[in-house]
Amino acid sequence: MAQSTLIEAVTDALRHEMRNDDRVVVFGEDVGKKGGVFGATTGIQEEFGDQRCFDTPLSECGIIGAAVGMAVYGIRPIAEIQFLDFIYPAFDQIVSEAAKMRYRSGGEYTCPMVIRTPYGGGIRGGHYHSQSSEAYFCHTPGLKVVIPSTPADAKGLLISSIRDEDPVMFLEPKRSYRSVKGEVPEGEHVVPLGKGRVVREGTDVTVVAYGAMVPVAEKAAEAMQQQGKSVEIIDPRSLVPLDEELILESVRKTGRCVSVYEAPKTCGFGAEIAAIVAEKAIGHLEGPVVRVAGFDTPFPYALEHLYMPDVRRVVAGIEKTFNW
Amino acid sequence: MARKSAPRRKSGSRKAPRKSAPGQVAGSARMLSVLKEDGSLDPNRDPGLPTETLLHLYETMVRVREFDRRMLVLQRQGRIGFYGPILGQEAATVGSVAALEDRDWIFPALREGAAALMRGLPLHVAIAQLIGNDLDRCKGRQMPCHYTFKEGNYYGMSSVIGTQISHAVGAAMAARLRGDDVVVAGYMGDGATSANDFHSGMNFAAVYKAPCVLICQNNQWAISVPISMQSASETLAMKADAYGMPSVRVDGNDVLAVYAATREAAQRARQGDGPTFLELVTYRRLGHSSSDDPSRYRDEAEVAAWEQRDPVERLRRHLEQAGNWSADDEQGLQDRIAAEVNEAIREAEAAGPPARETLITDVFAEPTPGLLADYRDWLAD
Repeated sequence: MAQSTLIEAVTDALRHEMRNDDRVVVFGEDVGKKGGVFGATTGIQEEFGDQRCFDTPLSECGIIGAAVGMAVYGIRPIAEIQFLDFIYPAFDQIVSEAAKMRYRSGGEYTCPMVIRTPYGGGIRGGHYHSQSSEAYFCHTPGLKVVIPSTPADAKGLLISSIRDEDPVMFLEPKRSYRSVKGEVPEGEHVVPLGKGRVVREGTDVTVVAYGAMVPVAEKAAEAMQQQGKSVEIIDPRSLVPLDEELILESVRKTGRCVSVYEAPKTCGFGAEIAAIVAEKAIGHLEGPVVRVAGFDTPFPYALEHLYMPDVRRVVAGIEKTFNW
Repeated sequence: MARKSAPRRKSGSRKAPRKSAPGQVAGSARMLSVLKEDGSLDPNRDPGLPTETLLHLYETMVRVREFDRRMLVLQRQGRIGFYGPILGQEAATVGSVAALEDRDWIFPALREGAAALMRGLPLHVAIAQLIGNDLDRCKGRQMPCHYTFKEGNYYGMSSVIGTQISHAVGAAMAARLRGDDVVVAGYMGDGATSANDFHSGMNFAAVYKAPCVLICQNNQWAISVPISMQSASETLAMKADAYGMPSVRVDGNDVLAVYAATREAAQRARQGDGPTFLELVTYRRLGHSSSDDPSRYRDEAEVAAWEQRDPVERLRRHLEQAGNWSADDEQGLQDRIAAEVNEAIREAEAAGPPARETLITDVFAEPTPGLLADYRDWLAD
């Protein structure tokens, strides 16, 4: 197994599936010769030609609208949206069209497509290059929402997403693109959607985190270890479908739960985790379920380091489950 | 080619939209016309269809009209919840679909349901969609007029205006990528030309030379908003110029002109010469839907003028003048179609409601564990 960065693992998955299935096409703004603004499609056009990997006009609703038509016709589009912050012109195409295709046509037409997009803060991107709006998509039945936190998961989950029979939002934590490295299996590597991962085993408190918040949670767990508290970390990996059982099993064991997400706090996906735990594991809880999230503000530029949940805030959140 | 520009509105003063005389076709630009209102043909533009094809077009338009009339009656009787009538627009759908090959795909808007029937959707299954029962291919999940018919390459649309334009373009791009000899027809109304997806769809179609024909039925009303308030362009066809796409403005009540223009556009697409935009100028003689009362916002004289330009009567006049249609033929056809529709209504109304589990199926290929658990809890309660 080779060491690679998270973004290299994304490229690896794209190349693997394009070799594996000639119906797979990749397109978006600047994905051709340039290889994408972050480089995720580096070398793809070179290997597969400009019919299977091509640049598009600057129109998110056009990119996703065309992808819907392609998927309905029977090929496997992978559309790149340059930043999640730019996806809103395509929101209608995603939530009204792609998400509802199978249901509204009684199963006659389906929309197997992947929308890949970098999301989240931590790269000094300001309001329009930093948002973490996964909850909008989780709230729409018919969309799967997948967020990797490691290079191996990025490859395995992206391959599963491309092979999935339904539309998948594949959100890539841009802060982790090059900062997170790890072993990635070569060749075929599949991580099923809907199966979470125990990042770290522990006995006293469960922290649920995904994407770029997983490394933060890991550092917070180290810090808690110094205080003699054993932290278990669960990375759901796909928010829809969600591996509820893995989370509940952990909370039943530890009796405490902190959910960490960098989106604004109100109605964020971590609030859903808190609701599930409250509804299904109340009898096991020994403290309040705590959310550690972004503030309910637009994403700031100069003060992003204060906005983003960091180790100190996650530690403080964990402590609240013991002292309340 | 020089083109007269539309009269400009003075900045700062909001003038009322230009009012055209009743029945006058919006915009003064010329339209492709083959079949005149008196039933005669322009010999230079006649697509030369054999008599049996003309008879088939006529019979199809009559069937569509009778179906439409009866469905509106069913709605008034409370037997279906909603209906979007197409009275007066029969030639636009029938002429354009007839000009395509069966393998070509159709991405419809609200008033192209006739295309599904032409592609073989049984009448009673279409009516089941309007009722939303167990025979409905959408499993009762959509409002009336949202047919779906995959065997006939007829796409199931949403109600959001214009979204299907870029779907049609994407499907055309996919067909070419697969090496399929398939052309895609993407339909829309005049209102859709104001929507975001019109711009992105037209642009993508032209940039990628997608093998498609984008067809706008300009029926001059988007619910209560007239075309003069929808666009300041002299014609809708001219919008294609800015995208680098050829276009044709066609008399949409002339089934032969619609046929000829679509045939030529599809041929261009099939040869790899890219998309064409067709503006079919027609008129919505009834309300937007069964829920709309057009007397609140438009002059009945305008409607009366358009009744004189009826597309079905125009073709019948031609067939009669050529000695290919008689009063007996007409009576026979009317009787046959009435019986077909009656039988289809009976069959459709015999079906029960959709099965209960269709509440949760088809969200994904498999229901998520959370949805399945909630459904089972609900069954147990």
